[in-house]
Amino acid sequence: MPGADKETDLSERIEAFLAELKRGGSRSGTLRGSAETARETTALLRRITAQARWSSAGDLMDLIRREGKRMTAAQPSETTVGNMVRRVLKIIREEYARSGGSNEETDQQDSLHKLLTSGGSNDDNFKRHFPHLKANVIEAINELLTELEGTTDNISMQALEHIHSNEVIMTIGRSRTVEAFLKDAARKRKFHVIVAECAPFCQGHEMATSLSQAGIETTVIADAAIFAVMSRVNKVIIGTQTILANGGLRAVNGTHTLALAAKHHSTPLIVCAPMFKLSPQFPNEEDTFHKFVSPHEVLPFTEGEILSKVNVHCPVFDYVPPELITLFISNIGGNAPSYIYRLMSELYHPEDHEL
Amino acid sequence: MADAEESEGIQRNDSINHTPGKIIKKQEIARAKNEGKELSKEEKQRLRKEKKQQKKNKKEDKGPSEKEKEKKPSASAASPAVTQSSAQKAPSVPAPVTTPVSESPVVSDKPSKSKAELKAERRARQEAERSSRHGKKEQGQQGASSKAKPPQNELQPVVKRLPEHVQVDDPAAVKKLAKKLERQQIPLRLDYGHKVSLFSHLHQYSRKAPLTQQISIPATVIHPSVVRLGLQYSQGIITGSNARAVALLHAFKQVIQDYSTPPNEELSRDLVNRLKPYISFLNQCRPLSASMGNAIKYIKKEISNISSQCKEEEAKKELLTCIDKYIREKITLAAQAISKYAIEKISDGDVILVYGCSSLVNHILCEAFDKQRKFRVIVVDSRPRLEGREALRRLVKRGIRCTYVLISALSYILPEVSKVFLGAHALLANGYVMSRVGTSQIALVAKAYNVPVLVCCETYKFCERVQTDSFVSNELDDPDDLIVTRNGKTHLEHWKTMETPTGGLLGLLNLVYDVTPPDFVDLVITDLGMIPCTSVPVVLRLKNVDQ
Repeated sequence: MPGADKETDLSERIEAFLAELKRGGSRSGTLRGSAETARETTALLRRITAQARWSSAGDLMDLIRREGKRMTAAQPSETTVGNMVRRVLKIIREEYARSGGSNEETDQQDSLHKLLTSGGSNDDNFKRHFPHLKANVIEAINELLTELEGTTDNISMQALEHIHSNEVIMTIGRSRTVEAFLKDAARKRKFHVIVAECAPFCQGHEMATSLSQAGIETTVIADAAIFAVMSRVNKVIIGTQTILANGGLRAVNGTHTLALAAKHHSTPLIVCAPMFKLSPQFPNEEDTFHKFVSPHEVLPFTEGEILSKVNVHCPVFDYVPPELITLFISNIGGNAPSYIYRLMSELYHPEDHEL
Repeated sequence: MADAEESEGIQRNDSINHTPGKIIKKQEIARAKNEGKELSKEEKQRLRKEKKQQKKNKKEDKGPSEKEKEKKPSASAASPAVTQSSAQKAPSVPAPVTTPVSESPVVSDKPSKSKAELKAERRARQEAERSSRHGKKEQGQQGASSKAKPPQNELQPVVKRLPEHVQVDDPAAVKKLAKKLERQQIPLRLDYGHKVSLFSHLHQYSRKAPLTQQISIPATVIHPSVVRLGLQYSQGIITGSNARAVALLHAFKQVIQDYSTPPNEELSRDLVNRLKPYISFLNQCRPLSASMGNAIKYIKKEISNISSQCKEEEAKKELLTCIDKYIREKITLAAQAISKYAIEKISDGDVILVYGCSSLVNHILCEAFDKQRKFRVIVVDSRPRLEGREALRRLVKRGIRCTYVLISALSYILPEVSKVFLGAHALLANGYVMSRVGTSQIALVAKAYNVPVLVCCETYKFCERVQTDSFVSNELDDPDDLIVTRNGKTHLEHWKTMETPTGGLLGLLNLVYDVTPPDFVDLVITDLGMIPCTSVPVVLRLKNVDQ
C-alpha cells in the first residue's frame, strides 16, 4: 500500500539521518558544516510534513516535536538541528494563525497578556483543520530552505564594509563562513590573515591553505602565540558553533583565550555566524555545555605508562561571554550582542524553547 | 735635543713614520713568530682605526675643512712629539705623558690625522694603562687614564651595541657578521624558508641543516666539546635556560683544562680571545640565552682578573673552581633557596597549574611533595614543542597526581586552579618576564579568572635589556615543526610552494619566546626573596654594585 510504503520510507530516512548525526558529530571524521546539517534537517522536516499522516496543526507539531527530540538526543552538541525544528514549529504556528485569519502581530505581542488572562485558550486553537495548511507550510519551509542556501553569500556581501586595506586579521580554527567572508573581501582589498591552528585538531591548517590558495597572505601560528602576536592585529574575525541566548558563544576551544587577548588590546572581535546558529539555550547547564572527545588527541597512546596515572581532558568547545564580543555579522545584517535576545523572539516561539 | 730633532721631522709625514716605525716592526716580528691565526687586539684596533681614518679622509676631501687640516698638523705635531719621546723612555716616568695624553683626545676628535700620529697616541695610552695596572703611581695614572678615556664613565654606558641576531634585515650588519665569522673561521648558517614580514629582522634556521655539516674535519679552530655543545643546542637536545647555561659552563671548563698559553702571550688576554670564536659558533647554532650571556660575562671577567704573575696551572685551577662556584651558587643553591620560599606559598588542597617544562618549577613541586604537602598539579602543554610531556613524566614518577591539557583548553580547566607557577627565561629591567611562548597567555587568562600567578626565577637570569613586545627580540624556530599529519592528510606539506611574484603567501610562524607584562604577574620568587615584578631593576643595581 502506498501509504505504508511512504511511512516506512520516511522512517528509514529519519533513522539514516539520526545515524549520520551520531557518527558525523565527532570531529575526526569528515566534518559536516553546520549549514549542511541545517539544510538536511529542514529537508527532512519538509518530507515529514509532506508524507506523514496528520489532520490538524497540533498533530503535526506533536509529530515534529517528537522527531526533533530524537534528533537532538542523537547529537546534543549539534544545535542547528534543534534550531531548525523550532523554526519549523514557528512556521506552523504562523501559517495556522494566518489561515485562521487572525493577525500575527497581535499573537506575538500579546503572548504575555494572554498568559495572564486567557490561560489555556491556545491549546484548543491548533485542533482546527485547514485544507491548505499543508501546502502553505511546505511553501514556507521552501522559503526557509532558500534562506539557508543564501546565508553564506549574504554574510560575504558585507565583507567590504568591515575590512580595510593593509589590515591584519586574526582567526582561529576553520569556519566556512569566515573563509567565504575573507575570500570575498580579498577580491577587492589586500590584507594579511593570521590563523591560529587550534590544536589538537589543527583545522587552522586547512583554513590557511585554502586562504592562501585564494591569494591572501596567510600566516599559521601555534595557539600558544595568540597573545604574543595580538598586539599587531587590527581585527579578530571568528566563526562559532552556536550563538547562545544571552549573546555568548559556544565556539571551538581556544576562542575564549583569543577573546580575552583581543579585549586586552582593545581589538574588535567580530563573529560571522548565520542566524540558524542562534539557539535559545543558556550557558548554565554545566554538564550539557561541554563536549569531550578521546584524550588520544592530546596524549597519544604511545606515551605508555604515564597514561594510566594522569587525567587528560580534551574539550571541544569554549564559552565566550557576550562582554568580549563587539559585533555579530549574520545574514540579516550586523548586530550587537545585546540585541540577540530580540532576534531570538523573532525566530522562535517561546513555548518551543524546550522541545 | 731629541725633541727638537723630532719636531722638525714631524713637519714631513715621512719622517714621522721612522721612529714609531721601528717600534712597530719589532712588535710585528714578535707577533709573526706566533701563529698568525688570530690577530691580536692591537692589530685589530689598528686595522679598525685605519679603516675609519680612510673613510674620514675621503669625506674630508669633499668637505670644506682644509683650514682645520692646516691647524691640526701643527697642533698634533707638538703632542705626538712629546708622546713619542715619552714612549721611548721607560714607562716608569709617565708624569710628562699625562698632560700631552690629555690633549690628544681633544685633538683626536677632529678628523684627518695621520695614521702614525694616532698609533703613537694609542701606544702611549696603552703604556700608561699598563703601567697603571702594575701599580706604580696608581692615583696619578688613574687620573691620566681616566682623562684619556672618553668622558662617559660617570654613568653606565647608555647605548649598547645592538646584537646581530635582531638585525637580519640590515644588509650592512649581515655583511659585518659574515666578515667577522670569516676571520674567526666559523661557517655562516643560512636562513631557511619564507619569513613572516613582521619577523624579517630575525633569523630562521632549519633543524635539518645543522652548522656542523659545514665544518671541515678535523676542526682546528673550535674545540670538540664546543662543537658537540653547538650541535646539542641546534638540534634541541639541550633545552631550558638552566640546562643550557650549565652545559656551556661544563664545556668551557673542558676548554680551559685543555688550554695551554702560547709563548709571549698572557693567559688573561689570550684565553678570552680564544673563547670568542667559540661563542660566535654557539651563537650561530642557536642564539645565546640571557642565562648563557650572563655566565659568559662572568667567565670573561674572571679570566681577565687573573694576574699575569700567576702560573698557568694555578690560573687554570682557579678558573675551574670559579666556574664550579658559579654553578653551585647561582643555580643549585639558588634553586634550593627558591624552593624554600615557594613551599611557604603552597598549601594543602591546592591545585597548581604549571606550563611547559621548567626545571626550577619541577624542583619546587618535587620538594613540596617530599615535605608532605597535599596538592595536585595541572600541566598545560602546547604545540609544537610539547615540553609539558617531559614535566608530566618527571612529576608522575615522583607520585604527584597530575592532569594534562593543551593550552587551548585553558579556559575550561582554569576555574579549578588555585595557583599558577611559571618559570622564566629572563627577567627584563622594566619588569617584563621573558619566557616560553604561551606564558603570557596563561598569565592573561589566570588574571581574568583571578588566580594568582607566581613566577620563579634565579637572579643570574636578570638582564638589563628592556622590551615591551614579543616582536623585536625573539627567536624563530624551525617552521616545519608546525606541520602535522592527521588522518593521513598533511595540509601544510607544500607551504613553501605557495608563492606569488610578490612574495610567499603562506608563512609558518614558530615563535620561541614571549614577554609577559608585569601587571599579570603577582609575585616573583628569587633566591633573594619574594619581590614584585617592578623591583627587578633594584636587584640589578645591587648586583652591579657588588661587582
